Amino acid sequence: MRFSGLRVLKEGLTGNKGWTPHWRDPEPKSEYDIVIIGGGGHGLSTAFYLAKEHGLTNVAVLEKGYIGGGNVGRNTTVVRANYFLPGNSEFYSHSLKLWEGLEEELNYNVMHSQRGLINLFHSDGQRDDAARRGNMMISQGDDAILLGRDELREMLPYLNYDDLRFPLYGGLYHPRGGTARHDAVAWGYARGADQRGVDMIQNCEVTGIDIENGVVRGVQTSRGPIRAKKVAMVAAGRSGQVAAMAGMRLPIESHILQAFVTEGLKPCIDHVVTFGMGHFYISQSDKGGLVFGGDLDFYASYAARGNLPTVESVMEAGMALMPMIGKAQVLRSWGGIMDMSPDGSPIIDKTDIEGLYLNCGWNYGGFKAVPGSGNVFAHLIATDRYHENATGFQLDRFRTGRGIIDEEGKGSQHNLH
Amino acid sequence: MRITCPYCGERDRREFYYRGAAVDLERPAPDAGEDAWNDFVYLRDNPAGVTRELWCHEGGCGAWIVVTRNTVTHEILGSQLASEVKR
Repeated sequence: MRFSGLRVLKEGLTGNKGWTPHWRDPEPKSEYDIVIIGGGGHGLSTAFYLAKEHGLTNVAVLEKGYIGGGNVGRNTTVVRANYFLPGNSEFYSHSLKLWEGLEEELNYNVMHSQRGLINLFHSDGQRDDAARRGNMMISQGDDAILLGRDELREMLPYLNYDDLRFPLYGGLYHPRGGTARHDAVAWGYARGADQRGVDMIQNCEVTGIDIENGVVRGVQTSRGPIRAKKVAMVAAGRSGQVAAMAGMRLPIESHILQAFVTEGLKPCIDHVVTFGMGHFYISQSDKGGLVFGGDLDFYASYAARGNLPTVESVMEAGMALMPMIGKAQVLRSWGGIMDMSPDGSPIIDKTDIEGLYLNCGWNYGGFKAVPGSGNVFAHLIATDRYHENATGFQLDRFRTGRGIIDEEGKGSQHNLH
Repeated sequence: MRITCPYCGERDRREFYYRGAAVDLERPAPDAGEDAWNDFVYLRDNPAGVTRELWCHEGGCGAWIVVTRNTVTHEILGSQLASEVKR
């Protein structure tokens, strides 16, 4: 089934009886060429690009719950390519370009909205840093504009310009940044992969990974054993448990990141805005809710809910930056489980076990990477070579100390990112 | 989340600094080799369930404590002074 304006019109006039499910609900086969563990955004996009770009369609995506039920549906939907360091810079640039062609590629409305992202700065030092980052973004081929205070005020009149403690000096504007509808991204990739023959197996928990003499043979699941020539672990949030089934320990600690949404309001925040003096970022969803978040709770957790100190600090930062949001009522908050890596950058690599591949460590930035991650991971699985835009995400960088990608300049150690 | 300090009793989580898995108490010898140091600095069991962690009561008495905690329920199951765990 193809979506089009004409189709929407026709279905609307005929009682919407012609729509069909987006993907099949197949029984798992006993063997596949490739099994992907994890039907989140990254697993689904990996399956899609394996089928589309490499012609590999004897592929199954095994999802413990349901498609779209994990972190791909629990994030704050920001899409951007404003990274600084080699390794990250070309990868996120690649991912943003895929975003820009995604709706046509998938024939699916993922509501990708390039409304612009503005990182605020509050001192001369931060302005220098923003200018340097902006120059790196431009030299990568992406876009960045340094805004002074007056230009900023014209674009974001609602900020607190009288705050003496956190004065607003300006912002780094990334016009191609924005948001997308997170659920639709999962559904669109699942549908696109399904149309090309990939099996989406839901309610199928992997309980073991079969390895013989250092070669992967398949997986054990709650729906029976499945043989596979290659197995890809893409279970960010639960990477440690999945890798443990292959006898691996990962440089990952799982943390909780909270997010919040208010009641629906008329349009008031047109961009994605980040505070530079406290951890706070915000955008307004197309439904009208203000979607915002801040820092990690900063302790290991699988609870999918956080504690009050972080709620308090996020609200305080929001109120300091834009006092008008104090009148909006918060409808709900939630937590997502983040794979925190020591240097704050992801891992996309082969493992020491032949045929076993690893994609994890997305920290708090996995959503924008969904197209890029799947694209380069599919390349790695299909060809056993790193994609040219993802040569830096190797697992070995921690053991050797070579190639650490410490974007925030905080150090390479757990608990710093 | 409230954490029990062996000196100060049950206190708000805000008073504590989280260091990470209690593996930090098992520092390898300087010449133990790359793999031992990789294990120590980077690799983590990262369990969904009961784990042992190192916290510092920085907003209180300043003691380093080993907290046994459930990462799924956030339940605090026990705490000991790090200095007593590692004698």
